[in-house]
Amino acid sequence: MNKIKIRINDIVCRGEKGQTVLEIAKDNGIYIPTLCNYEGIKPQGSCRICTCMIGGRMMTACTTPALDGMDIVTNSDELEKFRATIVELLFAEGNHFCPTCERSGNCELQALGYRYKMMVPQFPYSFAAKDIDADNPKIMIDHNRCILCKRCIRRKKEKDNPNWFVFKKRGAKVQINIDHELTADFTDKLAQQAMDTCPVGAIIRKEKGFDVPIGERKYDKNPIGSDIEGLKE
Amino acid sequence: MGESKSQKSVEVNAENFSECCSCSCKNIKTILAKYGSDRVRLMDILIDIQTNVGCISKESVKEIAENLNISKVDVEQTLSFYHFFSEKPTGKYAIYLNDSAVANMMGRSDIAKALEEEVGCKFGSVTEDCQIGLFDTACIGMNDQEPSAIINQRVFTNLTKEKVKLIVNGIKNNFDVNDIQIEGYCQATHKLITSNVCSNIKKEGPILTKDMKVGDALKKVILMDPNDVIELVKQSNLRGRGGAGFPTGMKWQFCRAFKDEKHYIFCNADEGEPGTFKDRVILTERPELLFEGMAIAGYSIGSDEGILYLRYEYKYLQNYLEDVLSTLREQNLLGKDIGGKAGLNFDIRIQFGGGAYVCGEESALIESAEGKRGEPRDRPPFPVEKGYLQKPTVVNNVETLCAVTKIIHQGPKWYRSLGTLDSTGSKVMSISGDCDNPGIYEIEWGFTVNDILEMVGAKDVQAVQVGGPSGSCIASNEFKRKLAYEDLATGGSMIIIGKHRDLIKDIVMNFTDFFIEESCGSCVPCRAMTVQFKNKLEKIYRGNGVQEDIDQMLEWGKVMKMNRCGLGHTAANPILTTLKNFRELYTAKLQKTDYVSEFNLEEAVQESCAAAGRIPNLGGDHE
Repeated sequence: MNKIKIRINDIVCRGEKGQTVLEIAKDNGIYIPTLCNYEGIKPQGSCRICTCMIGGRMMTACTTPALDGMDIVTNSDELEKFRATIVELLFAEGNHFCPTCERSGNCELQALGYRYKMMVPQFPYSFAAKDIDADNPKIMIDHNRCILCKRCIRRKKEKDNPNWFVFKKRGAKVQINIDHELTADFTDKLAQQAMDTCPVGAIIRKEKGFDVPIGERKYDKNPIGSDIEGLKE
Repeated sequence: MGESKSQKSVEVNAENFSECCSCSCKNIKTILAKYGSDRVRLMDILIDIQTNVGCISKESVKEIAENLNISKVDVEQTLSFYHFFSEKPTGKYAIYLNDSAVANMMGRSDIAKALEEEVGCKFGSVTEDCQIGLFDTACIGMNDQEPSAIINQRVFTNLTKEKVKLIVNGIKNNFDVNDIQIEGYCQATHKLITSNVCSNIKKEGPILTKDMKVGDALKKVILMDPNDVIELVKQSNLRGRGGAGFPTGMKWQFCRAFKDEKHYIFCNADEGEPGTFKDRVILTERPELLFEGMAIAGYSIGSDEGILYLRYEYKYLQNYLEDVLSTLREQNLLGKDIGGKAGLNFDIRIQFGGGAYVCGEESALIESAEGKRGEPRDRPPFPVEKGYLQKPTVVNNVETLCAVTKIIHQGPKWYRSLGTLDSTGSKVMSISGDCDNPGIYEIEWGFTVNDILEMVGAKDVQAVQVGGPSGSCIASNEFKRKLAYEDLATGGSMIIIGKHRDLIKDIVMNFTDFFIEESCGSCVPCRAMTVQFKNKLEKIYRGNGVQEDIDQMLEWGKVMKMNRCGLGHTAANPILTTLKNFRELYTAKLQKTDYVSEFNLEEAVQESCAAAGRIPNLGGDHE
């Protein structure tokens, strides 16, 4: 008996043992916004956007294993307000210049900004001086746009291989650090993979860009989450 | 190519370090060999190098990475996370002056000034000859004898300008810090304790009273079934003393139930909550009680390895505690075939931290002990199922484990007779701030705040910070409340704040800075919202706040519940609890209008006008 039943927003949802709350919600046409989650990579609830009320407690849907009989709320006004606040915090913390960004239209942060109808963050912009690390021959890391979701770190987790990407420092000073020696011979394929893993425009391939014109990109046509929410109808 | 570039930028950034500053570690190979080139022991490796040469250079990072078969950035990840590790030289004598709220209340700024004058460099830098470095540090657990500083692991307490002169003089004469003699310091409890730190025990209770022979409880336990031992602990209703109050017996039972080839016992002695110093005193005065408690816990859950995770600030206790451990081994209370029982093995090693408050969170502590950055883990799974090295692990507070030894010795019924129904036993309290007798008071649960204030000689009290910055700041209307899990729960500290203090500036701002500095940086609200809180607080303090600013902060406070760990949940508590209990201090600073612009046009155009050689036209009269 691997089948389980859980209630999400008063709807009975079916799934399998071992699935996370997020996965079961998705299979049942319920979209829970995420930023640090990436299918196929071990989740680590660091952006906190997917926080839901699970059994009366605030927990991240991406990391919480679903248990039979769980009662979950994903979309209360309060939770939606909290999510909007996190999106605004990220826009205020970094330096995000959407109009000139290669990821515009493919960017999950930007797409969530639209979902939450953000005109301007409620927080003052930090205008923090952040660097661009362009030492790698294939990619550049723009710390201005990095939202510190750790996807690039977690994607590279093959056993016995040293890490390419890691965190450096802590608190508000934390940033992504790339090992330049180990990534010196990055292939185009790996560079593309790194860029695709990034939810924003913090990892950008060099000498290549704007293959798809702005206006014809993923979220230009369909808002984020519409693929999942579309399942329901 | 990339390598040489980044090296260059490091040199440029190191403003205060002249050519003579080098920190290449000559015996790095010996250090790596000492820890069997084990990646898990990266903390120990970094601590040894830092202690040896005062910094961990690029060359050292490279050698460690090659030896441990990890990437250089992996080493940098751990290195850059901890306060006491440095890529740049910190000087032959690294002076870390406590910057906690209470240190400031006790005159820290005069000491800082005296240090800068005597040493000849500013805080955050090193003298030109690379001899002395001056640095700030968060609470070092000496709140009862501030201002205090750590110099090369020796703690100097109750600093005065005169003492600063003597110390710096000794340093300039190239004395070993341990040979610097200063009159008037209390004697250390043991010759192996190299710092003159007073224990300041003002009231002894069931834990601190020396009324049992070392080993008696353990010898009793090893004749029992482990499940029965757990049952005894459950009967005592003992709850974790770190603050969260989880029932200890239940934690052990969960851990024992997870079958695995190995189980671990951790003692959390990372005591980083500003204002708390009870573990320091217990470790100094009753370490045997703690180690015996760890052995009892080990026997109960089926573990043969205990790790004492001790904060770096208490490194001056290392030789002493190692000595206590060897004595226990000689007495056959640790090691192999304990108490003559064949096959019963349990030993303890000390794992030092590197200066990170968040490592007091149990899963962050485990990550740190594995040689990584101290980032709390997602739960589930909880440490009792997958803890240290993914094995079932119990993490208990120092005081909890000491209580266990006494409970076994004197029985759960005795323990239940102390305290209240829901909070049995006693609590060791660290009391500091504006009072006549700061120090350690072991009280039964159920004492009121007023009882304690009277006991410690506190007059004209404005506020009491209960349980450190992550706890709450209460006003006199709550002083009749009882210290107990069911009323005013606390991890064990009280900071008394007199009426003459500027509560927002002296306390709230200091604590808010503390949380910004100590966040691991993983969760968005903890990393970014704390900074927004700080800016807002400063705006109000400058007199530019309006009512909406307060309303916003109250809303933001709710978002902090989204964070992963206790640090994130409580990081806004200094602001939120004072907004609740001292709202008038904030409203008094507000403007009675809807909006105040902080933009100053004259200031904003000054630089560009100077560059362009123009006189700013701010009159608004356009020709």
